[in-house]
Amino acid sequence: MSEARAIYAIWLRDIKRLWLDRARILIGLLQPALYLFVLGSGLGSVTRIAGGKGDYIQFIFPGVIGLTVLFTAVFSAVSIVFDREFGFLKEVLVAPVSRRAIAIGKSLSGSTQATVQGILILIFAPLAGVHFGFGELLGLIVIMALTGFAMTSFGVLFAARFRSTEAFPIVINGILLPLFFLSGALYPVTNLPVWLTPFVHIDPLTYGIDAMRGAALPKGLEVGPGVFVPAHVYPIWLSVAVIVAFGLVMVWLAVWQFSRAE
Amino acid sequence: MLTEPRKSLGERAPAEAAAISVENLSRRFGKLEAVKGVSFAVHPGEIFGFLGPNGAGKSTTISMLTTLLTPSGGRAEVAGHDVVRERNQVRQAIGIIFQEQALDLRLSALDNLWLHAILYGVPTARAAQRIEQGLRAVDLWDRRKEPVSRYSGGMKRRLEMARGLIHTPQVLFLDEPTVGLDPQSRYAMWDYIQRLRQEFGLTIFMTTHYMDEAEACDRIAIMDKGSVIALDSPAALKASLGGDVISLKTEHNGLALAELRERFGLEAKLAEDQLRLEVKDGGELLPRLLRELQVKILRVSLNQPTLDDVFVSLTGREMRDEGPADPRAMWMRRGR
Ligand SMILES: Nc1ncnc2c1ncn2[C@@H]1O[C@H](COP(=O)(O)OP(=O)(O)OP(=O)(O)O)[C@@H](O)[C@H]1O
Ligand SMILES: [Mg+2]
Repeated sequence: MSEARAIYAIWLRDIKRLWLDRARILIGLLQPALYLFVLGSGLGSVTRIAGGKGDYIQFIFPGVIGLTVLFTAVFSAVSIVFDREFGFLKEVLVAPVSRRAIAIGKSLSGSTQATVQGILILIFAPLAGVHFGFGELLGLIVIMALTGFAMTSFGVLFAARFRSTEAFPIVINGILLPLFFLSGALYPVTNLPVWLTPFVHIDPLTYGIDAMRGAALPKGLEVGPGVFVPAHVYPIWLSVAVIVAFGLVMVWLAVWQFSRAE
Repeated sequence: MLTEPRKSLGERAPAEAAAISVENLSRRFGKLEAVKGVSFAVHPGEIFGFLGPNGAGKSTTISMLTTLLTPSGGRAEVAGHDVVRERNQVRQAIGIIFQEQALDLRLSALDNLWLHAILYGVPTARAAQRIEQGLRAVDLWDRRKEPVSRYSGGMKRRLEMARGLIHTPQVLFLDEPTVGLDPQSRYAMWDYIQRLRQEFGLTIFMTTHYMDEAEACDRIAIMDKGSVIALDSPAALKASLGGDVISLKTEHNGLALAELRERFGLEAKLAEDQLRLEVKDGGELLPRLLRELQVKILRVSLNQPTLDDVFVSLTGREMRDEGPADPRAMWMRRGR
């Protein structure tokens, strides 16, 4: 009971701030749009030269959602470090609430923020030539939320350790970019060089994006006139199971890490 | 879960346990021993002051008492609960204003207070009522919807004061609550603190650099380099100096020191460039000194002892040695 209200308070605060920062949400659409339309169109010409017929923009559309979810989620977790630096964290830490509730509240708020930002990306779907029904939309949202939860928890795990925001570039360059580039957001994860394959398969984001691809491109990708192949590699249930498992382990570790500081 | 406002001082049972009791509490940061085994007790309903220069260990002590920092040694109880083993009970029973502000600057005053109420489990209807009362008491009701980032330093401080009381704590910790406030706001804040004590029997533990604030406390502990070097009521501490304080600036302080010892039988202390004498009746002694002292006197003053004098007398240093003097505090001291 007291856990629930603490989780709610932590979540509510972040959501209020999200609402106040509405303008930032729109700016947050810029990077995905660049990936989608500039990188997507540019690299699309390569795939056409190679003889493929499938549209590259369609292919990376779910990957760009994954990118957005990943960055929004982890950045929301890193706000803990800012709160530490600017003092507000003390107000939370001195309140009669468990460290577990604080960590879980943070993960849920990150998940919410990532989902909101991810849903906004869907505005680009028609432009990217991606069409799906209501059921697929719901599926996408659920996968975004689960992926967001897992990635925020992963971020909280780190944020609990960092004392200053100077470590920020390390987080981005050392963790987020590898996670993103290994995830199959930008390329199919089949037929990869042998050395790369294991890295791709242990990247949890790979599964999140694969599931999103399954949901966003229900018919699969058109490789020839009227010929479709499934857009995703793993069964969706497997991807979802991997994300949920990763999320639970991460939130457990985050709680442990956060409580340890006491 | 919630504590109702407690009975006023007079109604309370006489033999109530201490609001805060501290035994041999210590904390080290690596090699540095920031708090070196302090012991004291704070009575319920008391305004207890912690006075000491920068780095004395005041905030570190508060952090331990408010469960934010684990002690390296010793033990402490706040509102009857151990600060290590019963963290949550302690947290529920205390309110705190940190030395550094701890508000969410993006959010409005109302939002900040509501978050606090939810975190502390104050029921909605009661929270709404207390939030309005609190904001009116600190004179921020009209600006409750503005983001806190637009507030002045003093307004932020007042908001934190209101916030710390939303859950009706039994013990209120104030770490330099009036720093950065203009004199008017400081008096208003003090007024508020006194009222809280009177109406609810709230126990208040505060740190300060201001002498006049320390004087307004029921008892004060003077802290220096991690130890409590004196603990008593301000009046008793000043009385321990024995009467008046004469400060002399002479052409040659060393010679004057010797002369005072040999011819007058007085033990003076050299603090900075002045000689200080603690004497019973300064009014009578001073004319004699002026007449008879061989070393030429450049400057002289006769004062009732202040807590600053107590500090100098105990440590041989000025309280404000470490930092730039605050002109406002100087002015207040002289004004007394
Ligand atoms: N987290 C920390 N890590 C290392 N040293 C610390 C830490 N916190 C405090 N200290 C050291 O402990 C000593 C006491 O600090 P503290 O903040 O308790 O002093 P204070 O009496 O509150 O001073 P002020 O009047 O300046 O607020 C200082 O020497 C300080 O540098
Ligand atoms: Mg301090």
